[in-house]
Amino acid sequence: MKTLAFAWRYLWSRPLGAALNVLLLSLGLASITFLLLLGHQLNRAFERDLAGVDVVVGAKGSPMQLILSGVLHIDVPPGNVPLQAVQALAKHPLVASVIPISLGDNVQGFRIVGTSIDYVSLYDATLAQGRLWDAPMQVVLGATAAAKLGVSKGVSIGGQLVGIHGLGTGGHAHGDSSYTVVGVLAPSGSVLDRLVLTDTASVWHVHKDAGKPGHDEQDASANKHDADHDAERDAKREVTMALVRYKTPLAAISFPRYVNTSTDMQAAAPAVEVTRLLHMLGLGTDVLRAFAGVLLLTAGLSVFIALWSAVRERRGDLALLRMLGAPPRKIAALLLCEALWLGLLAAGLGLLLGQGFAAALGWFLRLDSTLLIGGMVWPPSLAVVPALALGVSLGAALLPALGAYRVSVLALLQGR
Amino acid sequence: MIQTSNLSYTYPGGASLAFPDVNVVQGTVLLLSGPSGCGKSTWLALVASLVAPTSGSLTVAGQKLNALKSVAADAWRARAIGFLPQRLHLSAALSVYQNLALTQWAAGQPEDAPRIHAALQALGVQALAQRRPGQLSGGQAQRVALARAVLLQPQVMLADEPTASLDDAAAADAVGLLLTTAQAQSATLVIATHDARVAQLIAPGARSQIVLQPAYSLCEPL
Repeated sequence: MKTLAFAWRYLWSRPLGAALNVLLLSLGLASITFLLLLGHQLNRAFERDLAGVDVVVGAKGSPMQLILSGVLHIDVPPGNVPLQAVQALAKHPLVASVIPISLGDNVQGFRIVGTSIDYVSLYDATLAQGRLWDAPMQVVLGATAAAKLGVSKGVSIGGQLVGIHGLGTGGHAHGDSSYTVVGVLAPSGSVLDRLVLTDTASVWHVHKDAGKPGHDEQDASANKHDADHDAERDAKREVTMALVRYKTPLAAISFPRYVNTSTDMQAAAPAVEVTRLLHMLGLGTDVLRAFAGVLLLTAGLSVFIALWSAVRERRGDLALLRMLGAPPRKIAALLLCEALWLGLLAAGLGLLLGQGFAAALGWFLRLDSTLLIGGMVWPPSLAVVPALALGVSLGAALLPALGAYRVSVLALLQGR
Repeated sequence: MIQTSNLSYTYPGGASLAFPDVNVVQGTVLLLSGPSGCGKSTWLALVASLVAPTSGSLTVAGQKLNALKSVAADAWRARAIGFLPQRLHLSAALSVYQNLALTQWAAGQPEDAPRIHAALQALGVQALAQRRPGQLSGGQAQRVALARAVLLQPQVMLADEPTASLDDAAAADAVGLLLTTAQAQSATLVIATHDARVAQLIAPGARSQIVLQPAYSLCEPL
């Protein structure tokens, strides 16, 4: 312990040099931390949010856009598809289940998703308060959305919410069609946490039947004229996409081709699109990784120069310690402990900076509200950061420590 | 306390030194003098077991040093030898107190605050315990270095050029302090110097002296 204490004092006897070395090493480690966090969070988000979805069927366009908008909720959808076409998919012999997704509005940036109860079951989400919706214009809030809306708007069970048109802030308010909050989901760690869920019919109501709440259900079978009218209206109704689950994995071979060739819709396989996305991101992360490597190498050289200079400056002091009875390994340990402190400080600072970078990126790209990227996640893979810090600092200290180990007392006595 | 017989040392480059036989009893003063390059530092290194003699026998504080292994030599030196270097080498990164604590650390001993304060007290510098070496005068720094040298109560104290670049009054103070401190510790004091004033500052009856010559062979006791 005393060795560590003396090493600490020696280290900070050159405060500027020590601080610069810690900073330089930290920047390299922060880059590594950032990359690790990015990879971990993306993988986790993909695993979590894509689980149980074999294929996404939506409007033709970019298949990746379909996945990003409909599953991860970080992009706008390519368009809408007819409700009847989606209903037809549910009857396909290879399909086990179809969950409709309808997008279009938001509440303070939290997307309002029109869907079925199955969407909640897909992520094994449970209720923290209230109940699930059983009629249009009732909403269930995800945990994060509830916390933020609760604070900013005083929303609670039984409260009213008004949607804003579009998926970002700045659209017009659907002021005459308010939602009633009937439940709040417990945190599930999935994309549901950041969504406002409602029945699919709510979205149709807000956008097509505004001002006539309950019209569909109340008058549906009133008379034949109304029935014809409903059939005509159903034919015109649309949803944004459908999350499809296969009955058998073999469906992955034929079902997407069926959709793409036999309908006006497209099928996007999450596994394929995520692999493509990760490959594209990989090119960027490779550059960042190389940059971090250069930073670490530079930091290692800087630590080496600092400790080498320290040995040269303190050669007399170190020789005197030998004269006072300190064995060579103890003198070398003193130098290594200085490097250890540098590594530990840099590891701590690097981890915090890396978390800060990730949080800043999440905030800047508005990905934090999708749980895709944010700060303050501590995956086990981050253990590599202190290991790298200690490896670089102790590695850089080896030669200086050897110099300290071999310090000549005779030279001290001879005044050299 | 210090006994040498046919002691010689050969440098890695091939030059060799032969030293006169000495037999210094406990509590006395040995003045090791001679011009620069005559081997004073090497003799000190031999006595401190920092280098091994090429030939001859060497016994210090009851320990035969010829066969002492490196680790044992370090431990023995920590117990038996106190050292006052020409450049004091007080660590600027540490306070006066911490410099003495560093001495205990170097010797593998736990920090003993009362002992450190007692050593500083004995040299009249206890009030400076929290100061940095850079805040001390030359005389204060030398007292602190002397406190460090005697902290572990060595049996032999080695002083290397203790009066270098001191004026006459300061040199007299330094030598007086060394003698007093060594006497208080009952330690054998070896002063290596090329300063002729030192011999005049120590009563002839209180010291023995060897003069080393620069020819690497001639050693002539006075």
